[in-house]
Amino acid sequence: MAIIETKKLTRKFGSFTAVDSLDIIIEPGEAFALLGPNGAGKTTAIKMLTTLLPVTSGEAFICGFNIVTQPNKVRGVIGYVPQMLSVDGTLSGMENLLLFARLYDIPSKECKPRVLDSLTFMGLIDAAKKPVREYSGGMIRRLEIAQSMLHHPPVLFLDEPTVGLDPIACKTVWDHILQLKKEFNTTILMTTHLMEEADHLSNRIAFMSRGKLVASGTPQELKDSINKPGSTLEDVFIHYTSETLSEGNNYSSISRERKTAKRLG
Amino acid sequence: MRKFIRKTWVIADFEIRKILHDPTEVLVRAVQPALWLLIFGQVMARMRVIPGGNYLDFMSPGILAQSILFVSIFYGIAIIWERDLGLTHKFLATPTPRTALVLGKALSAGIRCIPLMFIIYILAALLSVHVLWNPANIIGVIVLLLLGAILFSTFSLIIACLVKTRERFMGIGQLMTMPLFFASNAIYPIDIMPGWLKIISHFNPLTYMIDGMRLLMIGTPSGFSLLTDYCVLAISSTLFVLLGGSLYKRVII
Repeated sequence: MAIIETKKLTRKFGSFTAVDSLDIIIEPGEAFALLGPNGAGKTTAIKMLTTLLPVTSGEAFICGFNIVTQPNKVRGVIGYVPQMLSVDGTLSGMENLLLFARLYDIPSKECKPRVLDSLTFMGLIDAAKKPVREYSGGMIRRLEIAQSMLHHPPVLFLDEPTVGLDPIACKTVWDHILQLKKEFNTTILMTTHLMEEADHLSNRIAFMSRGKLVASGTPQELKDSINKPGSTLEDVFIHYTSETLSEGNNYSSISRERKTAKRLG
Repeated sequence: MRKFIRKTWVIADFEIRKILHDPTEVLVRAVQPALWLLIFGQVMARMRVIPGGNYLDFMSPGILAQSILFVSIFYGIAIIWERDLGLTHKFLATPTPRTALVLGKALSAGIRCIPLMFIIYILAALLSVHVLWNPANIIGVIVLLLLGAILFSTFSLIIACLVKTRERFMGIGQLMTMPLFFASNAIYPIDIMPGWLKIISHFNPLTYMIDGMRLLMIGTPSGFSLLTDYCVLAISSTLFVLLGGSLYKRVII
């Protein structure tokens, strides 16, 4: 049985269709990457699946729960790391996690041991009592992932998990995501702009363009599909999305990305 | 219901920890009421605005209520800031009722005002205001303070959810504060207001908060009855929290 399933999932903003009849099936334990140019609808799709954005039409199920009619059940079985920062810089890493442990309905007695386990797992135990504003960018991202995994959700959504990080911090975050997947058999749905990241972390990749799903498969299947010897995922990306490639994002998303990059140092 | 209270408290606790990590904000916020009491109050006291009464006695509860209004009414800016940071997305993706998120935030606005209340009490006492230090009265003032802060901060949150940007919010925040303040009994009694303003002041919840505070803080008989003051604030706060709960998700769309 699919753990994530969308059926003709659509979101419109006025006359603009951000996500157009999206059909995805993701099996338990898979790592699935959504790729596409700026404005392709990746983040909008994740926002609908995490119940943050109302659906215009279609439906989707996470662990069998309908995102429209059972949003609170869905929130209980997912972890979500947004593109922007989602921890408070004034508080320590431990405080941030303790508060979220209580929001995720973890029984009071189990909160502290669970938080300590998560901090240890993410390699943050030595910095547990430091204010988050003293953390490096990679440490903040790991803390955010730890925060989203406190309740051991079967599904984790990562919206551009390494945006604004340097290559070394990226590598550490990737290692922890892979370790997490191995340890808890977590199903991961992620968006990214980095082909290397998608290739490294995911079993299957889907390309979106103008809100529609234009291709999907394993990284190798996608490379083979364009009939170009020695092709890379960049070639696949250009092949399937070149009609819509532009020079960049709109003002608000550029501003958001730069703010996130700046805050991550 | 137990889960709702627990989660409301988690959100409030989140905010309280921030104040404990950086309490300078509370001290800085105390400067404005201090200036009102020390300068405006001392000057106005010479004009005998209150026939047969001490103006500083009359004004102190009004300044306390004004401080609560000013702290709460700009709370929406924090909501927009959290949205820009990404924290709001994270809160909304947890299995937490929206009304608990809103009430927790509103409650924390009230908790931020409690140290401010004690600073104003001490300042007023130093200015020879006849402050009632009875613990029951102080608890009564704290309840009024919390209800008022919940009401005005939720009102602010609703505006933030509708206007969505800091620039627009700042303009509207300024626009809301002064009419609420001047159309109340904070610095002059309702009796001396022109007829049209008297009518407006009766629809202003700040008037009821000040009326109750004046009775509990300095012993001036209530104009409406303490029960009326509590009921007006409790009912309007509940309505605003319910409305805020249904609008909160809009701030990220």
